[in-house]
Amino acid sequence: MKQTWLIFVKDIQQEFKTRYAINAILLFAVVTLSAVSFAIGTFTAGNQVLSALFWVILFFSSMSGLSHIFIREEESQTADTLKLVASPMHIYLGKFLFNLILLFALEIILVPLFIAVMNFKLGNFPLFLLTLFIGSFGMAGGGTMVAAIISKASSKGALFTVLAFPIILPVMITGISATKKATETTPIASAQNELQALFAFGVIIITASILLFDYVWNE
Amino acid sequence: MLSKLWKAILFVGIALVFTGAFLWSSLKEGLGDFTRVLYFHVPVAWITVVFFFMAAYYSYRYLRTKDILFDAYAKISNELGILFAIMATITGSIWAKVIWHSFWNWDPRETSIFILLLIYGAYFSLRSAIEQEDRRARLAAVYSLLAFVTVPFFIFIVPRIYFSLHPDPVINPQGKINLDVKQRIIFFSSLFFQTILFLWIFIVRKTQVKLQMYLREYKETKLLEEK
Repeated sequence: MKQTWLIFVKDIQQEFKTRYAINAILLFAVVTLSAVSFAIGTFTAGNQVLSALFWVILFFSSMSGLSHIFIREEESQTADTLKLVASPMHIYLGKFLFNLILLFALEIILVPLFIAVMNFKLGNFPLFLLTLFIGSFGMAGGGTMVAAIISKASSKGALFTVLAFPIILPVMITGISATKKATETTPIASAQNELQALFAFGVIIITASILLFDYVWNE
Repeated sequence: MLSKLWKAILFVGIALVFTGAFLWSSLKEGLGDFTRVLYFHVPVAWITVVFFFMAAYYSYRYLRTKDILFDAYAKISNELGILFAIMATITGSIWAKVIWHSFWNWDPRETSIFILLLIYGAYFSLRSAIEQEDRRARLAAVYSLLAFVTVPFFIFIVPRIYFSLHPDPVINPQGKINLDVKQRIIFFSSLFFQTILFLWIFIVRKTQVKLQMYLREYKETKLLEEK
């Protein structure tokens, strides 16, 4: 546990020195949001379209930042040192935690902006937040794993979205469906199927990643 | 000798399935002539799934043993899997055009086959991005297994959330088979012969890859001896 925490703290400190990932992810979100908003213009899009758009923006902005965590280690050639001082499971969990926090930061900025700019009406706000919260675990878990794979491949970055999309798509599909339900004033129980699926996906993808990470990390 | 016998059986079998499907089979009410796609579309889709499982199995074996041969088997499973996935998509899409009046409308079944195609595409683009052989094999195997973990979501969970127009799968939740005797005979013989066909293709490819490996090893040792 302590190792996980130390790696997480190290990554946070490193991030605050350059602020690359957080800048990339937030600016990407703002740029996409303004592009979408500009394209829609004065039309008011329906809630169905808006909930899908929200997840598309969230997905692509997170893709712009999540891969950075492992590529940074390879670029500064600190990966080998990290291999010596920590076990693979703790490295994965530490990086996962960092990406999770990064995603939460993105959501804290994106949600109010999206609601304000797109005139997005939410009937059941707690359900929406719950969906985002549970969905973030699956997204960060899958994203961190694909980032680890990508950092070992020679062409870095460009492939990340292509590889991550099929893995994270279950989160997107169920997330969109749950968000549609949250736009109406329905009780949380009505989205029980989606929330269960999101939760199960998070648990499965994180477990599988912990089991497989050893093979990616150690040559 | 035995393989020749199997080839003959396969040839006659597939010919009979085709004739039977077009001339002898009874038709379903409401679907008319379009019932016949069942004998080709469903076995092909089934084989796609089998290949996907085989790729995951060989990837697992590779990670366990680090034998490069298993990586080659996983790769050919995926190659053949993408071929059958495309055939399943095309046959399904033509049928959808006739019955649902559109080639593509994101029915959950269409979504799941599309995801399968995307995963295959991602798998091969990952392979092409890495030059070192053992590293490529290892990362591709990990990705294959990671994708394998997410596929049950598309098969079991997404159809539960979204309403599907796709006809009941042959083995449906009620455990009944909605086919009459003639349809059943043709359907299951089609499934049987197409599975044999796919096993045959796979074995031929497997032998070819194995021979290539031996040849390469032989050449390498010969080069070393010359030096």
